[in-house]
Amino acid sequence: MSSNEQSKPKSGLFSKENRKLLADPFNMQNPVTVQVLGICSSLAITVKLQPAIVMGVSVLVVTAFSNLITSLLRNLIPNRIRIIVQLVVVAALVIIVDQILKAYVYDVSKQLSVFVGLIITNCILMGRIEAFALGNTPWKSFLDGIGNGAGYAVVLIVIAFIRELLGSGQLYGYQVVPTDWYLNPETGTGFYSNNGMMLLPPMALIVVAIIIWVQRSKFKDLIEK
Amino acid sequence: MDINSNKYTYLFSIVMVVIVAAMLSYAAIALKPAQDANIELEKKQEILSSINVVVQRDSAGPAFDQYIKQSLVIRNGKIVENPTQPAFNIDLAAAVSQPLETREVPLYVANVGGKEFYIIPMRGKGLWGPVWGNLSLEKDGNTVFGASFGHKSETPGLGAEISTVLFSGQFVGKKILNGSNFVSIAVVKGKTSSEHEVQGISGGTITSVGVQSMIQDCLAPYIEYLKTFGSAVAPAPVSADTLTAEVSSL
Repeated sequence: MSSNEQSKPKSGLFSKENRKLLADPFNMQNPVTVQVLGICSSLAITVKLQPAIVMGVSVLVVTAFSNLITSLLRNLIPNRIRIIVQLVVVAALVIIVDQILKAYVYDVSKQLSVFVGLIITNCILMGRIEAFALGNTPWKSFLDGIGNGAGYAVVLIVIAFIRELLGSGQLYGYQVVPTDWYLNPETGTGFYSNNGMMLLPPMALIVVAIIIWVQRSKFKDLIEK
Repeated sequence: MDINSNKYTYLFSIVMVVIVAAMLSYAAIALKPAQDANIELEKKQEILSSINVVVQRDSAGPAFDQYIKQSLVIRNGKIVENPTQPAFNIDLAAAVSQPLETREVPLYVANVGGKEFYIIPMRGKGLWGPVWGNLSLEKDGNTVFGASFGHKSETPGLGAEISTVLFSGQFVGKKILNGSNFVSIAVVKGKTSSEHEVQGISGGTITSVGVQSMIQDCLAPYIEYLKTFGSAVAPAPVSADTLTAEVSSL
């Protein structure tokens, strides 16, 4: 055990400091909109809500447990192979998550295809392990992992909500826009049509940009000098 | 012990790898039955979709039993009696790599609303990976009743379009025989000019050609059997022993 980290008086499980670990990644330290990590997957799998939610939960589980495991091992890991050890921990968790998805939510796992495997390369994971879990106690690291995973999941769900609503007129697979609104070229009735652009990755990037814009105009501290 | 010594580093790596390997093997073995069940249901779902029976994956099992009346194994245009494995378990990927004469392939006989249909599963090569599909024929063994296609990794928007109804819907009503000659169904550029052609996909030429040769190749072993439907006389089943004898004498 390194001597400096345990010297402070023991704080409660959900002390103010620990709550901050959970809450910060939702807004002021959001991994996607503030740190701009994990953008690739947030463009690729946000066409519909269901895969976005499954992906968000998968990343949350992997960040939480990889942080926890690495933090438990932090005083045992030889410094020279620490990145390899982190990768092994993350990769093992991702493979387990992938296998579970294949067994229990097969359709979603097909939609997510390679992106579950690519959770390994998501910078949020290695970033949190290297920056936080290696130097903090297991419980704090676990909370930090949950916070960051949830911060990522929330952004994914917001993007998917906008894209599925405007792109397919549905939410979680259920038709939301009334079907009689749709423009019917044969009868000439209706006035609405889905925005096909919303289904393509470029629109996801624009949606992310709009979220970042709204967030920064609300919280001026986030604007770069 | 110094955690930065070489000895410790090696020891740590070895222990870590063994523990992780054991965990992953356990997860893979424990979850295999559930995963296999999903794959089997998906296969049933795809077979049913070629006779326009669209079901959710969860209900594909009972629906398959309801519509599929018979699963036959065909070799060289004849029914194999007492096949070594049931038709549903045949690994098509392995089967299509065998020569036509010895290839054992499944044929599903479906009954929808009192009408009989014959479903032929297919497998071939696309641009980036395997493509597959199911083609259902009407009782005359010639007219296509429906088709469905799938792919592993064709380009979205181009080759991947083969799995859309826009592509597979074209096959309905097409014919695979001309008189008693097997002509298959070609996937062509631009307008189609006969009942043996469907339109390919712009920008997906290699996938389209792959589908064409898949249909040609996968229908071939059934043709002699299908031809017998025109005269409405089913050939007498041939036992596996006589077939082997016939094949070896070829």
